Amino acid sequence: LALASTAMADPVDDTLVIETDDGSIELVTQTAAPDHLKDVLDTVYSGWLFREDETRVLQKDDFDNPGMVFVDRGLDSWNAAQGAKGESCAGCHEGPESMKGLRAVTPRVDAESGKLMIVEDYINECVTERMGLEAWGTTSSPMKDMVSLISMQSRGEVVNVAIDGPAAAFWEKGKEIYYTRYGQLEMSCANCHEDNYGNMIRADHLSQGQVNGMPVYRLKDAGVVTAQQRFVGCVRDTRAETFKAGSDEFKALELYVASRGNGLSVEGVGVRH
Amino acid sequence: MKRHAALGMIAAALAATPVWSETAPTAVNYEEGAIAESLSGTPGDPASGAKIMTTNALGNCVACHAIAAMPEVPFQGDIGPALDGAADRWTEAQLRGIVANAKMTFDGTFMPAFYKTEGFVRPGNAYTGKAPEGDLPPILNAQQIEDVVAYLMTLKE
Ligand code: HEC
Ligand code: HEC
Ligand code: HEC
Repeated sequence: LALASTAMADPVDDTLVIETDDGSIELVTQTAAPDHLKDVLDTVYSGWLFREDETRVLQKDDFDNPGMVFVDRGLDSWNAAQGAKGESCAGCHEGPESMKGLRAVTPRVDAESGKLMIVEDYINECVTERMGLEAWGTTSSPMKDMVSLISMQSRGEVVNVAIDGPAAAFWEKGKEIYYTRYGQLEMSCANCHEDNYGNMIRADHLSQGQVNGMPVYRLKDAGVVTAQQRFVGCVRDTRAETFKAGSDEFKALELYVASRGNGLSVEGVGVRH
Repeated sequence: MKRHAALGMIAAALAATPVWSETAPTAVNYEEGAIAESLSGTPGDPASGAKIMTTNALGNCVACHAIAAMPEVPFQGDIGPALDGAADRWTEAQLRGIVANAKMTFDGTFMPAFYKTEGFVRPGNAYTGKAPEGDLPPILNAQQIEDVVAYLMTLKE
């Protein structure tokens, strides 16, 4: 058993080339750590490199990626006349390709309001203010379908969230959360994903806990999981009182974690176990 | 409703007054990380200890430690050192201290404290993600710690 786990103790040596409707694309799943991480990590890795062969292969062909069902549902919602006055996303934005690039630079500070915005916040701003609807729950299925669709438009682009200027204070807050040892188990994100990536915690092969793959289709849940939802799960597992998905704390954390993956590709909808 | 309230009071009274000779988590005396006296006053049961160590909701020690003496337990982790031979490396008092609060032996260690009730950041009600209701119990009670220590004492090479 000890031998079996040592054999898995590293990210695998594999390349993520995805067969899509428009030919194949290659994603960056490992690269030199961004400058702000140089003291603690040399290389950053996508969570994809820590998964089993059977799981990784599902992400190599859109036809096999179960997450694409959610992208399709997002597209139906995009085109549907669902606003209070029959507005649709498509009516104002045309095709979803108009969202290209957004996922690679969010979370980001909105220039006008000064608020830290995750993709979910942009969606809800339109849902409530421009369509006159009740806000969608941060981890509700209409929200996750739409996040999946929007995220896909940036697939292959390199994550590049800003951490300076108006983002700096949010980034510092997120960093503090990342290194705080929460809960009765007294564990920080860093304890698992910086100090112990590559190791086994029971049946789980620990990754660096990057969010470039998010949202991911999770085989265990048979559904799509967003970064905000994953944070809730990871903090709960430390026997802690979690922050809520969409809270200021978790938004700041998402910015910080995203910045640890600056240089990796947005995966659109990843596949994990 | 009435019956529930009464039961609740009995439970609270039981929790507040530990069995005689039991040491409360807040009253443990650590000497260089070790705890000389039994926490429960009752000898530990190694079979029960083995169960606690491999049960997710209890000690779940195998999440982080491999134990070759338990080949039937699948998916043993490799975060901490393998525990085989632990009783050759440590005395019973030292092992009791490591299981109760490993941070007293290994400064800043990743290993959780299993017999500790205070000093946490946002502690929760077990794995619910919610705030605890009332006092936070330790992850393992005094007898469970003794049972785990009794099992560890069997790990000689
Ligand atoms: C009535 C018009 C209207 C509707 C309907 C609408 N939007 Fe918007 N949306 C806007 C405007 C205007 C902006 C702000 C554009 C800007 O600031 O450049 C915007 C911005 C956004 C952004 C941020 C884009 C960026 O690059 O900053 C997202 C994401 C978004 N909308 C998604 C949606 C979705 C999803 C729907 C449907 C559920 C939707 N919108 C419906 C008008 C609309
Ligand atoms: C007790 C250990 C533990 C702690 C503490 C922990 N995680 Fe995780 N995390 C896991 C495990 C196990 C997984 C699933 C395997 C993997 O991808 O590492 C995971 C997965 C993730 C993923 C999904 C990665 C992917 O590619 O799908 C993200 C993101 C993540 N964690 C972020 C965090 C953040 C942020 C924190 C702190 C708030 C945190 N984790 C704390 C154990 C932990
Ligand atoms: C989340 C991880 C984790 C869990 C869970 C955990 N440990 Fe540990 N344990 C460690 C680490 C890491 C060390 C190494 C100490 C150090 O230097 O930080 C350690 C050290 C030890 C040692 C000393 C090792 C030696 O032989 O030198 C013993 C004994 C031990 N643990 C027993 C246990 C028992 C019993 C449990 C469950 C009741 C347990 N551990 C649960 C991580 C863990």
